[in-house]
Amino acid sequence: MAGNDISSGPGNAGRAQARHEAAEFLLRRHRFRPAEALPWLIAIAAFFVFPDRMTFGSQVLVMILFAISLDLILGYAGIVTLGHAAFFGVGAYTVGLASARLGWTEPISGLFAAAIMAALAGFISGWFLLRYRGLTLLMLTLATAIMILETGNFRSDITGGYDGMPGLVFQPVLGMFEYDLYGRTNYLYALAVLAVVFFFVRRIVYSPFGQALTGIRENVRRMHAIGSPVHRRLVTVYTIAAAIAGVAGALFTQTNAYVTLTVFDFDTSAKVLVMLILGGTGRLYGAFIGAAVYLILEDHLSKLSPTFWQFGIGILLLVTVLFARRGILGVIEDLGRFRSWKGRIRMVPGRIVWSNVQWKGIGMAAFDGALIGLAVGFAANVGRTNLLWSWFVTEPLSVLAWTAAGAALVAAINIGYLVYAERSATGSTPR
Amino acid sequence: MPQVATIAVSILFDGLAYAMFLFITAVGLSVTMGLMNFVNLAHGAFAMAGGYFVVSLTQSYGVDFISSLIIASVLVGLISIRFERRLYRPLYKAGELDQVLLTIGLAFMAIAAFTFFYGPIPKSVPLPQWLQGNVDLGFRAFPRYRAFLIVLGLFLVAVLWYGFERTNIGARIRAAVDNRRMAESVGINVDLLFTVTFAIGSGLAALGGGLAIQLFGLTPYFAVLYLVLFLIVVAVGGLGSLKGTLMAALLLGIVDTAGKYLIAEAGGFFIYVITVIVLLLKPAGFYGRQ
Amino acid sequence: MKLFRWLGLTALALTVGGAAQAETVKIGVVLPFSGANADLGHQIDKAFDLYIKLHAKDIAPHKVEIVKRDEGPPTGAQAKTVATELITNDKVQILTGFVFSPSAIAMAPVLTQAKTPLIIANAGTAWITNLSPYIARLSFSMWHPAYPMGAFAFDKIGCKTAALAYTDFPPGKDSTDAFKAGFEKAGGKVGLSIPLGSPVQVPDFTPFFQRIKDAKPDCMYVFIPSGAHATGVMKAYGDLGMRAAGVKLIGPMDLIPDNKLQDMGDAAIGTIVMGHYSVDLDNAANKAFLKEWHAAYGKDSYPDFMSAAGWDTMHAIFDTIKKLDGKVSDGAKVIEAMKGWTTNGPRGQVTIDADTRDIIQDQHAMEVVRKADGKLGVKILGTTKAVKDECKAQKIGRCGT
Repeated sequence: MAGNDISSGPGNAGRAQARHEAAEFLLRRHRFRPAEALPWLIAIAAFFVFPDRMTFGSQVLVMILFAISLDLILGYAGIVTLGHAAFFGVGAYTVGLASARLGWTEPISGLFAAAIMAALAGFISGWFLLRYRGLTLLMLTLATAIMILETGNFRSDITGGYDGMPGLVFQPVLGMFEYDLYGRTNYLYALAVLAVVFFFVRRIVYSPFGQALTGIRENVRRMHAIGSPVHRRLVTVYTIAAAIAGVAGALFTQTNAYVTLTVFDFDTSAKVLVMLILGGTGRLYGAFIGAAVYLILEDHLSKLSPTFWQFGIGILLLVTVLFARRGILGVIEDLGRFRSWKGRIRMVPGRIVWSNVQWKGIGMAAFDGALIGLAVGFAANVGRTNLLWSWFVTEPLSVLAWTAAGAALVAAINIGYLVYAERSATGSTPR
Repeated sequence: MPQVATIAVSILFDGLAYAMFLFITAVGLSVTMGLMNFVNLAHGAFAMAGGYFVVSLTQSYGVDFISSLIIASVLVGLISIRFERRLYRPLYKAGELDQVLLTIGLAFMAIAAFTFFYGPIPKSVPLPQWLQGNVDLGFRAFPRYRAFLIVLGLFLVAVLWYGFERTNIGARIRAAVDNRRMAESVGINVDLLFTVTFAIGSGLAALGGGLAIQLFGLTPYFAVLYLVLFLIVVAVGGLGSLKGTLMAALLLGIVDTAGKYLIAEAGGFFIYVITVIVLLLKPAGFYGRQ
Repeated sequence: MKLFRWLGLTALALTVGGAAQAETVKIGVVLPFSGANADLGHQIDKAFDLYIKLHAKDIAPHKVEIVKRDEGPPTGAQAKTVATELITNDKVQILTGFVFSPSAIAMAPVLTQAKTPLIIANAGTAWITNLSPYIARLSFSMWHPAYPMGAFAFDKIGCKTAALAYTDFPPGKDSTDAFKAGFEKAGGKVGLSIPLGSPVQVPDFTPFFQRIKDAKPDCMYVFIPSGAHATGVMKAYGDLGMRAAGVKLIGPMDLIPDNKLQDMGDAAIGTIVMGHYSVDLDNAANKAFLKEWHAAYGKDSYPDFMSAAGWDTMHAIFDTIKKLDGKVSDGAKVIEAMKGWTTNGPRGQVTIDADTRDIIQDQHAMEVVRKADGKLGVKILGTTKAVKDECKAQKIGRCGT
């Protein structure tokens, strides 16, 4: 082990050896894997398969970029924040104000300006706030973002307030590519920016600096103990992440040709956080999967039912937490690993011992099932009766039937699961 | 200057009423987050559910307002037990990110479900005659409903304080907040304790939701609309501290009211400025453990 | 062969006979179906659905196909994305809906680029119609009720001094500016002007109103986004006993949306608003509209001023489809056909101003009273006929461009 070598190595030779090994390790991890080409190929394929949906497509790319910036601080440095929208908004307003008030309409230099402004905001706020952790940090970042929003609303003569800045104009990208109605230029532009930023982030993550961040996430005290400048590193990565969020915000303004103060909202911060956790934190590609899955599902569900689509999103989040603790990417990784386990799982036909524990579990499942059945029955019958709750009173038989059906169904599922678990899990699974 | 005195009295009165609403709704969240280390973003959903039960009870069944409040809180408290047992418990040891995802998901589902049953139009409740209008004390008129909020809030503070500080179960809760393992090893059934406190916290949230209808109206979106406010109260007060939550609610309620009255142009600002100042000085809140 | 000849002849006969080709017109409806303001979207959506259900046969042999999308929060971005996709992906020919001004503002350049008409059913920031020649508005501008209210408040209600209170976002400022312009022109004096916080969260109104009560103006002009805010205002106003203290509550019709009026209780009685619609408006079209509404959505469901505008919006779209014989793929022609369109709808006579593509409609001063049947309702105190958007007439700020 590299660590042992450092402590026990008697001289320079041992230390050099250890450094070499560590460098080898980092390089090995840094190497590109073939699977990494997949998201990019999908993104390019989408351009040709859905040429009419590129307006939506560019919004997905912008959110992916935003989620990546959050992943850098949340997934790698372990900084949980609810105010990341602040930097997104600063970037968005930098290009917006530059275009509307200064006539600075060149898009790519706008991205750099946005990155610098957001980095500045990240550096200043990070310097003060990153001494704190946990709920305190959450609330401080959140309050900071909302204070920026309130300031913007206070000076709505400059910012345009909640009505935003209409009619923002940007020059064609590189002076050549006009923005078209279908958003195709926007999509390719956003994709190019995403690719550049992504490989920059990837380098950071696999650098010694990135390893130090992971160390801070895993054990701050130890990093302090080995003399790592923890605060400085956190502020550095926070500044970088803020700059990237600023780029995402600038892209957001440019692709929409519009911006309002709602970019600073709590909703923006919370949504990107949910997307990232959904995809899986600390993996870079989790941001891709999370943002894409969330937004595509939202798009589909809100087409199916503009009113109740949130229910579907809720179920997705619930299922992810209960069955895929490490996000969607975690599941994919597990599936990949599963192949190598298969040979080792022994299928021992077991005998189920019906003890009290099982019966109690089935009883609880039946009780839950009864409640679920009751709720579903209520939902199914609510339109037919005039008083909202009167179904419970006027149709006791129907109530009973729904309840019993729910209880029976869920209990049956539970028994089935028990049998399945007994059959398959008697062997030892390497976990 | 008598003018200044009257203004001060009315700010104090309005602020106190607002503070009591904040306290009642947020105290459950504080205990959940302090005792179980659980980030419960669905807390607002329980409050919203309580509000809608009150609406149904008063409008469809003619139950009077006060009884509806009690029934709704008990009902939501009982229902929340199922949620705690089934969904929350498996995640006590998981990271806060998973908890955020679960509870946000629950809040989303609650919003959609209540929109389905009640529609998106804001609801209000008929108040009994004795809660309408105001009492004029000569120099100033005081809305009765707000006086009621203050009285009810102070009553609940007293009850909770007694329960927390003077009863056996309160002692157990405090022990579990301070050191869960030690509490378990001296034979306290911490699991049961969690369930009971969770139910009480959710019931109180439901009560807060019922009381809020008169102030803010009630839509399904209530589940997340005021969540930030509750989180701020919890953070400023310190996790799991009854005294802290009360102090935070009082401070934020009164400062917010004073800000709105005196400098309305920057009305939205004050509550966040106070939050930042307090947390920069006392990162764990007023009475939180470092 | 004979069959083919016959077919050909029939086809020829149809064309020569001038029988219309049955066209299917695709209409994109963008409204907030979810989120904090979902109820506003539903009020308009119900009116759309009802109109289409009752009048689908009017445009025969043509048909309409409705594609509904969620406008989302008032960020502009969400609405812009879905509306752009309605044009590029779903190929809708006409867009309608749009509750939030930011959505319409964000969408304006796309409309010009795509040459797709947007018929606004709510969004009320005055200068929106200036942003694209493909926008027509059937609802109102903030100036419609607020400007005439200024003169009415001074002359008829007897307000010599007034305090303003508004939700702190552009429509709020728009509305209070308009009121102030009309009120000061008439000779009134505006004292306090108090912002009431964000449009999303309903704030605790009491401290704001307490301050106004202490200042003792004759009237308090309040603008809030119609929704949960309205009930909150009324409760705080009633609880503080402001009417007894001599502060009259006035405002645009957003204060007393008909679907929330019954919940407001006695506190609302005596409130005077200016607006284009109330369920108590006495005209034949409104009576028919109400009857159909109650038949479709139950007797406890009420349309409000947004629903009335939604009804007229769909009416205008249907008339245009009829006028153009279903050929609505040219957006410029659609807008051209709408200019000067007029009808007697639930709101009374409404006309689309050929110059500004904005609505011309009557404004009624209405006082909340308890009606004979015990329900709350309004009494019409006075009517200003055919009100145009004063902001554009006077070229104030962005309205002048």
